[in-house]
Amino acid sequence: MRLLFFTRYTNFESNLEAVVRRLNPALFGAAFIAVMFTGSAAAQTGSGDKAAIAATPAALTASHEDPAAVARGAKLFAANCASCHGATAKGLTGKDNTDLVRSLYVLDDEKGILLTPPIRNGRPDKGMPKSNLTDAEILDVAAWLRVQSYGAGHRTTYTFLDVLTGDPKKGEEYFNGAGKCSTCHSPTGDLKGIGSRYSAQQLQGRWLSPGGGRGGRGAGAATGTPSRSQKTVAVTLPNGQTVSGPLDRIDDFTVSLHDSTGAYRSFTRNGDVPKVLVTDPMKVHTELLRTYTDADMHNVTAYLVTLK
Amino acid sequence: MKRISLAVCVGQAVPPAVRALILFSACSYLCAQGLDRATLLKQPVDAWPTYNGDYSARRFSPLTQINSTNVQNLSLLWSTRFTGSAAPAPAAGGRGGAAPAAVAIKATPLMVNGILYFSAPNNAWAVDARTGRELWHYTYPPNTGSTIGNRGLGMYGNWLYMEVPDSHLVSLDAATGKERWKVQIADPKLDYTSTAAPIVVGNHILAGIGGDHMDNRGFIQSLDPETGAVQWKWYTTPSAGEPGIETWPDAYASVHGTGQTWIPGSYDPQLNLYYFGTGNPNPVMAEQSRKGDNLYTCTIVALNPDTGKMAWYYQTSPHDTHDWDATEAPVLIDGTINGQPRKLLAQADRNGYFFLLDRTNGKHILTTPLIDTLNWSKGLNATGQPIPNPAKYPRPDGTLVSPASGGATNWPAPSFDPQTGLFYVGVNTTWSVFYQTDTDDHPEGYGGVDSGSGSEGGALLAIDYKTGKIAWRHEWPGAGGASHMLTTAGHLLFTGNGNNVVAFDPANGKILWHSSLFGSPSAGPITYMLDGKQYLLAIAGDSMYSFVVNN
Repeated sequence: MRLLFFTRYTNFESNLEAVVRRLNPALFGAAFIAVMFTGSAAAQTGSGDKAAIAATPAALTASHEDPAAVARGAKLFAANCASCHGATAKGLTGKDNTDLVRSLYVLDDEKGILLTPPIRNGRPDKGMPKSNLTDAEILDVAAWLRVQSYGAGHRTTYTFLDVLTGDPKKGEEYFNGAGKCSTCHSPTGDLKGIGSRYSAQQLQGRWLSPGGGRGGRGAGAATGTPSRSQKTVAVTLPNGQTVSGPLDRIDDFTVSLHDSTGAYRSFTRNGDVPKVLVTDPMKVHTELLRTYTDADMHNVTAYLVTLK
Repeated sequence: MKRISLAVCVGQAVPPAVRALILFSACSYLCAQGLDRATLLKQPVDAWPTYNGDYSARRFSPLTQINSTNVQNLSLLWSTRFTGSAAPAPAAGGRGGAAPAAVAIKATPLMVNGILYFSAPNNAWAVDARTGRELWHYTYPPNTGSTIGNRGLGMYGNWLYMEVPDSHLVSLDAATGKERWKVQIADPKLDYTSTAAPIVVGNHILAGIGGDHMDNRGFIQSLDPETGAVQWKWYTTPSAGEPGIETWPDAYASVHGTGQTWIPGSYDPQLNLYYFGTGNPNPVMAEQSRKGDNLYTCTIVALNPDTGKMAWYYQTSPHDTHDWDATEAPVLIDGTINGQPRKLLAQADRNGYFFLLDRTNGKHILTTPLIDTLNWSKGLNATGQPIPNPAKYPRPDGTLVSPASGGATNWPAPSFDPQTGLFYVGVNTTWSVFYQTDTDDHPEGYGGVDSGSGSEGGALLAIDYKTGKIAWRHEWPGAGGASHMLTTAGHLLFTGNGNNVVAFDPANGKILWHSSLFGSPSAGPITYMLDGKQYLLAIAGDSMYSFVVNN
């Protein structure tokens, strides 16, 4: 039988349950975000030597830690702890027990209850010296560490890295050539200024799948002004009459739409009766997904970003 | 409740788990309320005693009273809506917690002696299967665990077993809903989530675990049905010195390699093997710190339930980087390949492939695509495993991959109909751009995100298990893809789409019947006989709907 890989501090559990976490959603300035989340350059001795990819501002906000304490803790950690635990507290390569982000000391910590003793007293058996930090400073370091763990464990707080790797010239060639984008779109028309409105990652997502994530149930149909990505449907009744308009909903048994007057209409489906024809203006985009190379994708994004 | 002593001499050829089952059945006359465990070894007729109806995970019922000639007369007998105790919002620092929600029943109910037993996170119910009347409702105290779902209960004699969000296994008295005991099965602070339906095999409660946000190590464990004591615990990734460690850079990567076990498996009583799939490796989308195949993540595993020892494994996604858990049901088929009777195991995998294995030894028979847009592998190796293409690993600038992280299919249960020889599964044809967000040498957590970038829609596939070829398909006109399946000897296939429960002719895909519900079907439909009448039970959101044929 294998042993658990972390020691479990069950004796603290009842204490922890009694601790009510005080939330502090105070606003914080951009000035010290940089300090909090990149550590100091001098501390780049950890495994994260490519980039100090640490918790993001979104992680700080979502973690409800005190931003001021976290900012102080970032500086204290960089000066006092990072040489052994890495700039981002993920530990040093080859020294797995220096990883703090996955450590139960951090994951289970509340208000420094777990973290204070080892920081104050050191862990001589592990070669960790005691620190000269004050109790208040230890709490600041603990707050910063908790944000690091929170950020690693919450993918909604991640930030995108360098999305813009494509060649805008090749992207433009693809746009006007093989991609046939120019059949429907124009850099001086519908796409004018699109590079100013979205981040590169947002733009990449939007041009691949316009209206993506909003479709399926005919969002926007009720407004009477269908978007360009809105599916439409034509229902031809047995008497030959055709009712058409923005699709509201369809399954094998029911189809509903808003007709030319904006009125909601619904029909029972029984096999091929009535005849139902759905037109999806985004179909051409969906079909293109089978054809793009990643280079095409990155190049087109790089080109669209230039359309300021 | 007295239990019959199991200390009776039984032939050595019978595996202990089966021996316990046989002996336990002797007490059935004493156990008016409880589950006669011999029922677990039969096809489901007057009971639905385990997650998949029986151990085979075929979700096939031999019942024929509801059949293709009268299904158009299937009509509602009762429907009941359930309200639960709301889970609190996750506390600051809590991991993986979902927002509190109304009851969403993702549990396949059990039906034993006329009573339905089912669950939602922090809630369990017993309901009169004849009327829909609530008999008891158990609520677990508020906690900060993930409430993403609960797949159902396990039953042993008079006792029920439920995993709860803060990673305890709770045992309830089936007669009263009173808590009997609870034991911690994982550390919720490490982002373990507990959603699996426990599977009872012999005197083993087999409890899986989930959670992949903090690189926590996967495992499955067997607990004593009377005390909750751990009988064995099998980690899905190896420790230093153990077989499989050569597929990781080092033991630290392996013990943080995840591979969770959140969907119940299947069991072959003759071979005495429990089969289940494991989840994705961690860090999920940043693979640089876990070069290698990463055993036994994304793997179909066969374990001896008495010892927890692995008999064989087959990895469906070596070195996964797209969050494609291989936890989907391993369906046991007694079939014929090249004229030879074979004990088979079929799985429609989230990675977009259908796999057929020999379940006696894990030898590969065939691999075929479920959807025709798969673009992440360089083909299949000699043993039918997809070879991942490094060019399609998540990258900072994104890679366009089909399917999306949700997969070509997912946890909703497939079905195998021995009458048609077809395997039924719901699929989606989707794409995502996979972004790596952590390029550190030592990434942690997900290390990336994927951004959905389009779908050609969803379909129901009927797959010939012998060839992997698609015999027929039904394209859903609206949304929907991976949905739950049930087949019956009445020549019916039941599934859900939109807000409908739908019956198909399993031979050709013709729609025979449907009924609209007040929500989208959220768990597998089941069927059973009660007082000489066959019931079809559909589950959608917070409600259950019981159908019978009106004459």
